[in-house]
Amino acid sequence: MTRNIVTALQENQDRILDQWVNQRELSEDFGGNFNSFDDLKAQSSELLTAVLENMTAENITDLYASDLEPLIEYVSGLTLSRAKQGFSPRETATYIFSLKDALLKVLGELITEDPKELYRSTLEISKFIDNIGIVSFETFIRGREEVILGQADEMAELSTPVIKVWEGIIAMPIIGTLDSARTQVVMENLLQGIVETESSIAILDISGVPAVDSLVAQHLIKTVNAIRLLGADCVISGIRPEIAQTVVHLGIDLSKMVTKATLASALRYAYGILQLEVRKAGKEKSNL
Amino acid sequence: MERIPILKMGKFLLVTIQVDLYDRLALTLEEDLIQMVHKTGARGVLIDISALSIVDSFMGKIIGNIAAMSSILDAETVVVGMQPAVAITLIELGLPLSGVHTALNVERGMALLAARMPEETDSEDVDDD
Amino acid sequence: MWTTTNQNKEQLSILHDRDVIICRNRIKEVAVKIGMGIVNQTKLITAVSELARNMLIYAGGGNVIVEVVARGREQGVKIVFEDKGPGIQDIAKAMQDGFTTGKSMGMGLPGAKRLVSEFNIESTVGKGTTIKIVKWKNG
Repeated sequence: MTRNIVTALQENQDRILDQWVNQRELSEDFGGNFNSFDDLKAQSSELLTAVLENMTAENITDLYASDLEPLIEYVSGLTLSRAKQGFSPRETATYIFSLKDALLKVLGELITEDPKELYRSTLEISKFIDNIGIVSFETFIRGREEVILGQADEMAELSTPVIKVWEGIIAMPIIGTLDSARTQVVMENLLQGIVETESSIAILDISGVPAVDSLVAQHLIKTVNAIRLLGADCVISGIRPEIAQTVVHLGIDLSKMVTKATLASALRYAYGILQLEVRKAGKEKSNL
Repeated sequence: MERIPILKMGKFLLVTIQVDLYDRLALTLEEDLIQMVHKTGARGVLIDISALSIVDSFMGKIIGNIAAMSSILDAETVVVGMQPAVAITLIELGLPLSGVHTALNVERGMALLAARMPEETDSEDVDDD
Repeated sequence: MWTTTNQNKEQLSILHDRDVIICRNRIKEVAVKIGMGIVNQTKLITAVSELARNMLIYAGGGNVIVEVVARGREQGVKIVFEDKGPGIQDIAKAMQDGFTTGKSMGMGLPGAKRLVSEFNIESTVGKGTTIKIVKWKNG
């Protein structure tokens, strides 16, 4: 496309806008989503300005040109704000694509002498607007991805709660498979919990872990060692008989860790270390 | 030359490392500390690393050296206040610092050292300093 | 496989042991800027500390080039350590835990590798060594 045509389009911005919004007004999906015709016109004017201000004879065929960044940013912003207003991605894309009709119509009125030039320019504008539509779609998907990633983080966080069971004792039940990414979260939360509560004993309950293989055992050993570096002790509890069996069959050495069958026995062990005693109230009375 | 101050607290020595140590400073600390253990006849060394954002293999080696050397001079070493991220990194690096005792903070470290020396009475260290 | 996001390459020279700390602090700033969590930050700067010190001990110093890179949506920090030292004769051996030519604990290379997401080492005897590492924000 020649510079002259770009300039001519810029000079005819008002005409394109009129063309565009009037055609939008008539189309059926302009339902309740815009509050008024003025809103539609204001938004369309902004988008059109962004397109015409940034489009040049050079970058019209190269969407990755750095001078198109402001336009891409604007389209992303527009997509996000429309998504929040409840527009579907289809509606936003249709809205952007409808600009093409207006641009092409005015283009046809501007180039009357040279059909070859008209054909070439039409193709370029079509492709350019298509690309803007794609940018809008990508932004939409990215927004969704961010929500999904956020939820994944939240799930990891939720599945490893640190519980303060007594002054100086914290516990963390692990439910589900213990892979290396999960171990990192477990370690981080458990160690942070120890520092925050100034606990000297951490109980890691693995009743909810389906299987312990050598990799899981390695993760457990790492966690126990890291806890020791902080100056606290770790007890692994909730070891089911099947797990004890596989651990021995696989030749995994857990002898350097304190292991207990149940959370209750781990708690009893922890009380012992802290020199605490749990007694029945009545018994104590009768002793007095 | 810069030096890390070493405080004498009763029969223990306390070093609080406030800045990230470059290698030469760490070596100086190792030397000063061992001299001090010898001179004061200290029974325990507390190294507070709560302000350190990393412990790499060199720093790990210095801590290990201090513990081993002190042990020959009949003093026990406790590393206190290690940050969780530092502990996780050290384990991943392959340095579990097996030879040293650890404690959550200086207070717990003191208690740990005191508990490991039952043959001596606690009363002397209170007004010693 | 790495794409540069910006023209934000930075180069630092390691000539003294104090430079190792300056380098660590600068890389920590970069890691914080891209929103890396505290544990990954610590792992990254510990690896940097090991590799920068190695350069200092075995090659008398070298350059560190820092850059923010992106892989799809995820950002990371890429660091290149370049020295013109004697080079490493047997890389496989140098990557083994506990192997050392005597000046360190032998944790440097294998330890650093475990702390980062990607690790690449090239060395020519007599010419020098180049190590490239990448730590992804969530890696």
